[in-house]
Amino acid sequence: MTRLGCALALLLVGIAARAAEPGAVQTPSIFAPVSAPSEAIADYAALVIGICGAIFAVVVALIVVAMVRFRARADDDGREPPQVYASNQIELAWTVLPILIVFVLGLVTARTILALQKDERPEGWLEVTAIGHQWWWEFHYPEYDITTANELHIPLSQAEARRPTFLNLQSQDVIHSFWVPQLSGKTDVVPNRTNHMWMEPTQPGLYVGQCAEYCGTQHANMLLRVVVETRDEFERWVERQQRPAVADASLADERALFERTACINCHQVRGTLADGRFGPDLTHLMSRATLGSGVALNNRANLIDWIAHPDHLKPGARMPAMQLSPAQVERVADYLVSLE
Amino acid sequence: MSQAVVSAQDTAPRDWTRGQVGMLSLILAETSFFGVFLVAYLFYIGRSLNGPYPEDVLELPLLATGCLLASSATIGLAVRELARERVARFAAGLFATVVLGGAFLVLTALEWQRLIVDHGLTLSTNLFGTTYYSLVGFHAAHVCIGLLLMIGVLALAVRGHVHRQHTERVDLLSWYWHFVDVVWLAVLSVVYVVGV
Amino acid sequence: MAAIDGPAPGVAERARSRGWTETLHDWVATVDHKKLGLLYIGAGIVFFLIGGLEAAAMRWQLAFPDNDALAPDTFNRLFTMHGTTMVFLVGMPIITGFGNYLIPLMIGARDMAFPRLNAWGFWMFAFGGLLLYFSYFGSTGLYGAGSAPDVGWFAYAPLAGKAFSRGNATDYWILGILISGFGSLSGAINMIATAFTMRCKGMTLGRMPLLVWMMVVVSFLILIAMPPLTAAQVMLLFDRFLGARFFDTQAGGDAVLWQHFFWFFGHPEVYILMIPGFAYVSEIIPVFSRKVIFGYAAMVAATVAIGFLSFGVWAHHMFAVGMGKGLNIWFGAITMVVAVPTGIKLFNWIATLYGGKIRFRVPMLFCSAFLMQFLLAGLTGIMLASVPFDWQLSDSYFVVAHFHYVLIGGLLFTIFAAVYYWFPKMTGLMLSETLGRWHFWLFLLGFHLTFTTMHVQGLLGMPRRIYTYPADRGWEIWNLVSSLGVVFQAAGVVCFIAAIALAFRRRVPAGDDPWDAWTLEWSTSSPPPAYNFAERPEVRSRRPLWDQKHPDDPDWKYE
Repeated sequence: MTRLGCALALLLVGIAARAAEPGAVQTPSIFAPVSAPSEAIADYAALVIGICGAIFAVVVALIVVAMVRFRARADDDGREPPQVYASNQIELAWTVLPILIVFVLGLVTARTILALQKDERPEGWLEVTAIGHQWWWEFHYPEYDITTANELHIPLSQAEARRPTFLNLQSQDVIHSFWVPQLSGKTDVVPNRTNHMWMEPTQPGLYVGQCAEYCGTQHANMLLRVVVETRDEFERWVERQQRPAVADASLADERALFERTACINCHQVRGTLADGRFGPDLTHLMSRATLGSGVALNNRANLIDWIAHPDHLKPGARMPAMQLSPAQVERVADYLVSLE
Repeated sequence: MSQAVVSAQDTAPRDWTRGQVGMLSLILAETSFFGVFLVAYLFYIGRSLNGPYPEDVLELPLLATGCLLASSATIGLAVRELARERVARFAAGLFATVVLGGAFLVLTALEWQRLIVDHGLTLSTNLFGTTYYSLVGFHAAHVCIGLLLMIGVLALAVRGHVHRQHTERVDLLSWYWHFVDVVWLAVLSVVYVVGV
Repeated sequence: MAAIDGPAPGVAERARSRGWTETLHDWVATVDHKKLGLLYIGAGIVFFLIGGLEAAAMRWQLAFPDNDALAPDTFNRLFTMHGTTMVFLVGMPIITGFGNYLIPLMIGARDMAFPRLNAWGFWMFAFGGLLLYFSYFGSTGLYGAGSAPDVGWFAYAPLAGKAFSRGNATDYWILGILISGFGSLSGAINMIATAFTMRCKGMTLGRMPLLVWMMVVVSFLILIAMPPLTAAQVMLLFDRFLGARFFDTQAGGDAVLWQHFFWFFGHPEVYILMIPGFAYVSEIIPVFSRKVIFGYAAMVAATVAIGFLSFGVWAHHMFAVGMGKGLNIWFGAITMVVAVPTGIKLFNWIATLYGGKIRFRVPMLFCSAFLMQFLLAGLTGIMLASVPFDWQLSDSYFVVAHFHYVLIGGLLFTIFAAVYYWFPKMTGLMLSETLGRWHFWLFLLGFHLTFTTMHVQGLLGMPRRIYTYPADRGWEIWNLVSSLGVVFQAAGVVCFIAAIALAFRRRVPAGDDPWDAWTLEWSTSSPPPAYNFAERPEVRSRRPLWDQKHPDDPDWKYE
């Protein structure tokens, strides 16, 4: 009874999310798709919900009618009702009917699977390798030789110039799952194997999601942000990411301090001594809006907090507190803030 | 407690005894258990990243297989003797079974010694070592359990405590032993034939 | 032996005057299937309260975005313990308990086939459960702070491996479940042997009550599904202690193999828990509708069919792991086929209602809610079997909603029905109808507030097992409503406990057959004597007491 109401409410929420202003975080409803595969899934899901909803309505009606009509009355004569043991015809009917429904649903399902799990890739597709870590995402663009973290930038795909994104999913440690509901269904990120998924966004904007397979302490803060941009914006972003790190002469001391800390064992800043690969690439740290895989906004105050006590913003995070003095933390932050 | 013996006497006429049904159920569960280890072995064939590999170190254990198969025959004969109240012959048959089963264990031990000492293959060497030792080891553990049970029965028989009325129980033990035998045939074909 | 044929005079008086140590000894050393059944059910209810408190703590944390009532690790331990507890320490013992209590009574036997094995099984289960909970104190050593396992109830590799799960918490999870698994196995062997070899005269397989049939199917599922879990846990134990490589991805091991093994157990496990629910409903609905169950043979066939199908659907938990198209289509299709026999059952229950004179006593209220909730659970199951849809729904709150609809809306409601229905037989006392109704309505309201809304969170993209969520996702109101439902559910459970406590204070006698029912357990006294039946019954139909009450129109003429 509440089911249909829920489905309706959901569709409304989905529509509301669709209409939200660009820039703000939208509710990642699966019924607000903005990408070819998620649109196909949403259409298919609506069909499945429709069929199931119809079955629900009919059967609940049967149950309610039976219960109301055949309830024991106050003026009951105490005699037992007629005993009916079985009926082959009726039972055959309610065996065959579900088989037919299941058969049809099975065919539609198979067709949708074949359409979505496809091997062929259209001209001009973009390849991105996404690597899951406890608890952040690494993105590598082999075509452009750039590496970034947690915020994936992908181009819009238009009918006249298709540019779908195909992800190779790999894991550095345990199983994760890549899920941005508005762009695509989820695919697990499994160590020692490469999974594939694709997205073909049709509307620019910021879409959020997160790791969907429990992966340890900070599973909840393994957030994903995908920025869908027009071709030009995307090309400009790529061009900026390809540059080496900003080398501001006025911050040479700060940079030297950074290069002397243990930070560089895990982090890379291209063009400096820092070439660690265990943590996120910091070459263009300030081009990202969030810190710690989405746990806080990326600004100087939060950076200072994060460097001094990673456990404060994200308890259990793999980044150790480096025991720097408050003054040192400030200067390292000054340097990092310059990494546009 | 008196409840424990209630059920034996007043059950309805039937084809199967509760012991037989119970033992078959146990065998079904054990089959499922070994099935998983067999599947793991099959799944990891050829996936070890480093040697030693099965084709380099495994030799077909014909003698051990012969011992185990023969022990199935001897326990079968022993049970038939017990049904005729020929306890001495029963004990002899059971003794032969214990010896053959023991021989199987010794041969397995020698094979393991060869693999561990000569080839350096242990449980943690590679996927082959992991799946091989756990599969063959669990089978050997079942052989040990069977041997212990049979030695117990043998001890009772030698002291004259085993008679015709115990045939069903001893027969159930023989079912278990035949099962252990069948599992060995599955292990043999997967490990020493398919996997090499 | 003499005591078997009739109660020795004075036994009852002696029992009443005994001290508590003797009573305790009686319960600890018992091999009586009824006492063991009650021990199973009682232990299950205790663990149910613990598991419920764990759930309540999690809902408190999730009631508001960015909440910090619980630390992340605390939360992760809670959901691991909650899931493990509810499946292995609540569902399993309660269904085993009812099976133990009812099967011998329903087939006119005096005990289970292997009474001592039965006792061994219970104590294995109990110690397994205690071992799991001991991890809270002992898993880092007694002088450390201790910590429960935090790898989730399905302990996916390699997260559960030594590299990512240090200390011994995960070992407690493995060993606790492994040991209680031996208890389940012995229980299953016992139930099969009892049903096949101990039926009273005249009770052919075709005349066995549906509950017994369904418990036999469940027992077969346990025999086939439980050992793979044990085997997989042994592998994990070897990995963790002996350096084996089963799930070591660094050595070429496959993380997905664990999932195959786990779900090859895990999916049949769902039916192991759910079919007993069907069994209670199949006994209760006919009695309160005053009609024979419609389509007995079809019910048996459907149960067996579900049993077989349950072994071919496990990978529907894994549609997102990157299987090929062929496997995805196969597992999706087979899963949908399960809807056919399940549908047959539902329709048979409705047909049993149809034309009856339905008495809405408390057990029947719970069964009525079960019918609709289980229908919805089945339909969301179809949605999850629809592979592309599942790529969105898998591991989201929609899944959480779905399986709580199955296990609470389905199983727990029928367990409550069964308790209200058989409590008079087990104790000789009636439960309060008023408190029962309060229990039902409060719990119904709370259940829907909590779990119906969870479907929405899932569709809005909220993944399961997150200890917190940002405030900007549009999930706040739904989570708050979910958490509010807990209050009503808890109030319902309080009424339930109060009803039981009150029954022992008021002592309203139930009589042998308070519901005017038809199966053999109602032909003996309440509670039944240790030997169950003074004279072993003889039956001619599926409803021996109907034949007795209606000699003019007995069942055996029609079957």
